[in-house]
Amino acid sequence: MNEAVIATEVALEVKNSDIFYGDFKAVLNLSMAYHHREITALIGPSGCGKSTLLRSLNRMNDLIPGTKITGEYLFQGKNIYDSDVDPVQVRRWIGMVFQKPNPFPKTIYENVAWGARINGYQGDLEELVVTSIQRVALWDEVKDKLHKPALALSGGQQQRLCIARTIAVKPEIVLMDEPTSALDPISTAKIEDLLDELKKTYTIIIVTHNMQQAGRVSDKAAFMLNGVLEEFGPTDQIFFNPKNPKTEAYISGRFG
Amino acid sequence: MSLPAIHVQLRKKHRPLESVIHGFLFFCAGFSILITTGIILTLGFDALRFFTNDGADLWSFFTGTVWEPQIERFGILPLLNATLMTSLIAMLVAGPVGLAIGIYLAEYANRKTSGILKPILEILAGIPTVVYGYFAVTAVTPWLQATLGVDLVEFYNVFSAGLVMGILIIPLIASMAEDALAAVPRSLRQAGYAMGATKLEVSLQITLPAAASGIVAALVLGLSRAIGETMIVALAAGAGSKFTFNPFQGAETMTGHIVRISGGDISYQSVDYDSLFAIALLLFFITLTLNFFSRKIIEHFREVYE
Ligand SMILES: Nc1ncnc2c1ncn2[C@@H]1O[C@H](COP(=O)(O)OP(=O)(O)OP(=O)(O)O)[C@@H](O)[C@H]1O
Ligand SMILES: [Mg+2]
Repeated sequence: MNEAVIATEVALEVKNSDIFYGDFKAVLNLSMAYHHREITALIGPSGCGKSTLLRSLNRMNDLIPGTKITGEYLFQGKNIYDSDVDPVQVRRWIGMVFQKPNPFPKTIYENVAWGARINGYQGDLEELVVTSIQRVALWDEVKDKLHKPALALSGGQQQRLCIARTIAVKPEIVLMDEPTSALDPISTAKIEDLLDELKKTYTIIIVTHNMQQAGRVSDKAAFMLNGVLEEFGPTDQIFFNPKNPKTEAYISGRFG
Repeated sequence: MSLPAIHVQLRKKHRPLESVIHGFLFFCAGFSILITTGIILTLGFDALRFFTNDGADLWSFFTGTVWEPQIERFGILPLLNATLMTSLIAMLVAGPVGLAIGIYLAEYANRKTSGILKPILEILAGIPTVVYGYFAVTAVTPWLQATLGVDLVEFYNVFSAGLVMGILIIPLIASMAEDALAAVPRSLRQAGYAMGATKLEVSLQITLPAAASGIVAALVLGLSRAIGETMIVALAAGAGSKFTFNPFQGAETMTGHIVRISGGDISYQSVDYDSLFAIALLLFFITLTLNFFSRKIIEHFREVYE
């Protein structure tokens, strides 16, 4: 399936970006484009800058004092770092799911409804909550306890709830930073299935340390090393026929 | 030189310093329990002696609206009412302001501004309460009289005392609220921001509710501090009990009454003297109950995030 990736419209494009924490340069002169309705996996050893890159895609890095970002991040033709852009609005269109499930200490219903409500959702809120929970295949497990605390759910259920609350805002792009690394294999499999389904509506960029996962779910893969994007291409090519010897070394190291 | 065999190393070691320290800590803890028990017993016995007097039964103590020891009328309501009024006014000031400062410190302030604000709060918390009392009498009351009129505002009044007491309690509530908010995991705030929430939405709708129990505990402790506060009300709220709901009149609080009477030349064998212990015991129970509840609330709070 990955063989035949069709060049689709670009959802988000990074051009010549450096990312700094104070004086430390965490990402160097990176350029890459993420395509509509595709899943892009970011892989690479710990500390290579995957999370840093991911956070700069929706300006979550603004929340870390001392970060500086150069280059362009074009979303719908607009650089999201332009001075007339509101970072709050950027995050409304480019959502994020985190490594550790972090539901709000509210009810299951409220967890999903909150984001839509603060963004001024006009439609039927209840229906939105139900469909969002259904889309993450959580409905059967929580339909009888929508008004119970979300923190009482299992880790895997919480993570699916976090995805549900992210898509309830109806973003264009969903960023995921190791969304299954805190979960058991069964919950992981459920989320991987879910990604396939979500891809129909959303552009997804996912950081993962799980090579099999990257291979299973992604259309494109990007290998980063020490802040440099070493190779980016269709997942099959990156995994089975890498052009860059460093990619090859990393992949084969992982696959033994 | 070789070490002894492992089974020899496994033997219990004698550690004298450990035992000494253990003993000392145990002594300190035990001592404080002893002191508390002593206080309760003293209060209890003297209060009991008070209730054996005729004219002083439990029923009229709790329902009586006149507190006039000279005519043997011991109804706690005027004193209790004054205490509740000053405390309520204090909380109306300290609650919102303390909370706002707490939110500001935890969510908005950068290092520089909190570096300025926090020492100021500490200074505020460190001022002796007698100074606050004089501040109420010499600054706040005249100001109240000037703005609202001398006819409306008596020189000694509940309002001024409550207001200043509120200022006294602000730092307590602010710092406890800040701690409670700071204990809310960063990941929750991030989740909020990642959904397109503004800072205000995250602070008020995510962080604040997540810290609710800590915040309630802060308010309850603030209230118990207000109820027990003595110097400000003794100086500014007026001498002599009065059953009134008008905050601009003077009315003696429970604590205010205790200091005034015990400060005067009162006979240790009199009913008046014994009555003070009944008041003190009631105060003790009120603050104990409040502290108990705030502790329960804090415990609940811990369960959620660990
Ligand atoms: N808040 C920060 N302040 C300073 N340096 C940071 C900060 N966050 C990350 N870094 C540094 O930036 C580099 C990239 O970190 P990043 O978290 O992006 O790596 P990563 O690829 O996501 O690693 P992992 O796979 O372990 O999550 C690292 O050297 C890290 O030490
Ligand atoms: Mg990371």
